[in-house]
Amino acid sequence: MPQNRRLVLAHLWVAFLVFATATILGVWQMWVRSPLAAPQDVPMRYYQSVTAHGVSMAYVLTTFFIMGFGYFTAEAALGREIPSRRWAWTGFWTAIVGVALTIGAIASGHASVLYTFYPPMTATVWFYLGLVLVVAASWIWVAQMIIAVGRFKRDHPGAPVPLAMYGATVNAIMWLWTTVGVTLEILFQILPATLGLTRTIDVGLARTLFAWTLHPIVYFWLLPAYVAFYTMAPRAAGGRLYSDTMGRFSFALFLVYSLPVGMHHLLMDPEQSTGFKFVQVALTALVVVPTLLTVFTIGASMEIAGRMRGGKGLFGWIGALPWDRPMVLATGLAFFMLWFGGFGGLINMSYGMNAMVHNTSWVTAHFHLIFGGTVVIMYFAIAYEIWPTLTGRAAPSVRSQRLQLWLWAIGMLVMALPWHYLGLEGQWRRVAAFDYSDPRIAPWGPWVIVSLVGGVILLTSAWLFIINLLPRRDQPRLANPPAYAFALPVHPVVKVPAALNGFALWNGLVAFLMLVAYGFPIAQFFIGASPQALVHSFGGG
Amino acid sequence: MSLERDPEREIAIAEFRWTAIVAVAISVIMVAIIFAAVAMHINPPSNIERINPQALHLSAEFTEADLGTKVEANGQVTARIVATQFAFVPRCVELPADRPVTLRFASPDVIHGVLVGGTNVNTMVVPGYVSQVHTVFRRTGDLLMPCHEFCGLGHSEMIGTVRVVPPDQFRPGPDGRVACAAK
Repeated sequence: MPQNRRLVLAHLWVAFLVFATATILGVWQMWVRSPLAAPQDVPMRYYQSVTAHGVSMAYVLTTFFIMGFGYFTAEAALGREIPSRRWAWTGFWTAIVGVALTIGAIASGHASVLYTFYPPMTATVWFYLGLVLVVAASWIWVAQMIIAVGRFKRDHPGAPVPLAMYGATVNAIMWLWTTVGVTLEILFQILPATLGLTRTIDVGLARTLFAWTLHPIVYFWLLPAYVAFYTMAPRAAGGRLYSDTMGRFSFALFLVYSLPVGMHHLLMDPEQSTGFKFVQVALTALVVVPTLLTVFTIGASMEIAGRMRGGKGLFGWIGALPWDRPMVLATGLAFFMLWFGGFGGLINMSYGMNAMVHNTSWVTAHFHLIFGGTVVIMYFAIAYEIWPTLTGRAAPSVRSQRLQLWLWAIGMLVMALPWHYLGLEGQWRRVAAFDYSDPRIAPWGPWVIVSLVGGVILLTSAWLFIINLLPRRDQPRLANPPAYAFALPVHPVVKVPAALNGFALWNGLVAFLMLVAYGFPIAQFFIGASPQALVHSFGGG
Repeated sequence: MSLERDPEREIAIAEFRWTAIVAVAISVIMVAIIFAAVAMHINPPSNIERINPQALHLSAEFTEADLGTKVEANGQVTARIVATQFAFVPRCVELPADRPVTLRFASPDVIHGVLVGGTNVNTMVVPGYVSQVHTVFRRTGDLLMPCHEFCGLGHSEMIGTVRVVPPDQFRPGPDGRVACAAK
């Protein structure tokens, strides 16, 4: 039974309100890029908007949601309060100040450097200070999660850490590893440059440090969806989790293989060698393993549920599932989008083949589908699932929740599939306008408009989501707010191997693989005269 | 699946089979990547060639007079292009179809990126490094060569042209240089 319900709600509301606002920017950006006449169609506004959209979605929505969901899981799964309520609120307000600084910097027009802020272009120092505060605040959350697990294990020697908490703690530890790269980049390269202490910056090093963060951050965003797949969806479907051990193993593999792979974002970069690019491509291929294990385990869990409900035959169990339940529906839609997104991801990571799609709309399409599709739709489902526990009010209209989920999935496919096609046709990324009078570009126009329609559907869905979460007069308050119950495995977990009940082995593997994957690629910038580029200030101070 | 008879064993067997399928699938992908790299020389551009971005104009290679297409003494065709806020210099390069060509890019300011529409030419242009791409153009005509990495507010305007001409119309001057005549 979560005791800090206000804490969790505060985190989730910040996440969702920032998210819904950022969808407005996203639709406007697509409108500007389309052949249709849009208001405020100037590059300055466009890049300001893209920066705000990216920062909101990639840093604010995710970090706040994951912190809130982590606290919820810690209390609901372990059955005890988080280690320090005061520190948790300190973290929350620190992160709020950070977000305010960063958003304020973007609004001032001195930070239109996109959410990836690649040097030597630099924003005003407040943009980075805000981000640093958000990261520092999130470390407070990481500490709470690790301490919570430690105390549980101390008080229950030999008892398995509940799977949901195991996954949430992997999420936290993964984040700690993830943030090292970008933190080093900001503290030692960007801040000295923006404060005027240095005039130059080693761009190759900065890109490599950012790549360190850029891929595992995606798995940091993704992991709550997997926690829901394993510990919420099977119960919602009326069945049981096929294998608790496989869940633990998948989480551990995600920790190991999400980290030493970021260089696949640098495949087209001149500062890294084919050898290390290949090493990280091979490690990237291995991160497919926990995803496919999850597809199998969740598929099997759903089959159990479908057959328990009377489903017969090879595929009859699919129809027998309770698709009217939001968590089941969202899981189905998420898996559907995961197929497309995962396939696109395999193309992206395929070494030389990346040249076909690098920095085209294909890439934008890929991460919108896999993050906006698979991940965010599960954030919705998680919110619907835990809202009665958090608010003490009975679930609002399930019909409206289903409509919202369907709109999201349809909107995402209508938006992202044309983007994939346009990317293959050579449409490049991060442009404020296309010259549709050029006969080589004109054929893209209709498809850009189709994707804009998808964007409008997404916008509708995002705000319907907010409406679905708002308390309503006609909702009765529950006398005893329900405790939240996670899914049970087919076989009760009595004892698990120490390796799958802790994190030491996996952290050791991460350290080793990071040394192999990034040791020389980072060290090379300290050998000989690594080129320095002049800082290009976008911020004006 | 049946859960009546020794279900734990059946689960283990099913999981083992699935793991084997996953291993095979990943192996197939990696073998395809390795085959393409070794047998077909499809590798990402990774020459790690350092150059001082603050003095590109003083470098031996990327001075103004040296930019554009040049046929070297050994017959190798190379196009040298500076990617800078917010243009490629030169704006247009002429290259022959059906013949190996090399494109070399450098940036004096911020990060740029370049792709040539409908081809496999794609590379980041990072200040401090020469980006090098080898290719054979199969289609003739004026191909789009946009900058694909955000490089500032003028990024959308940064589009160059690769003019691919039939081999018999590719006529270098006595110094081996080929200018791209404006259309």
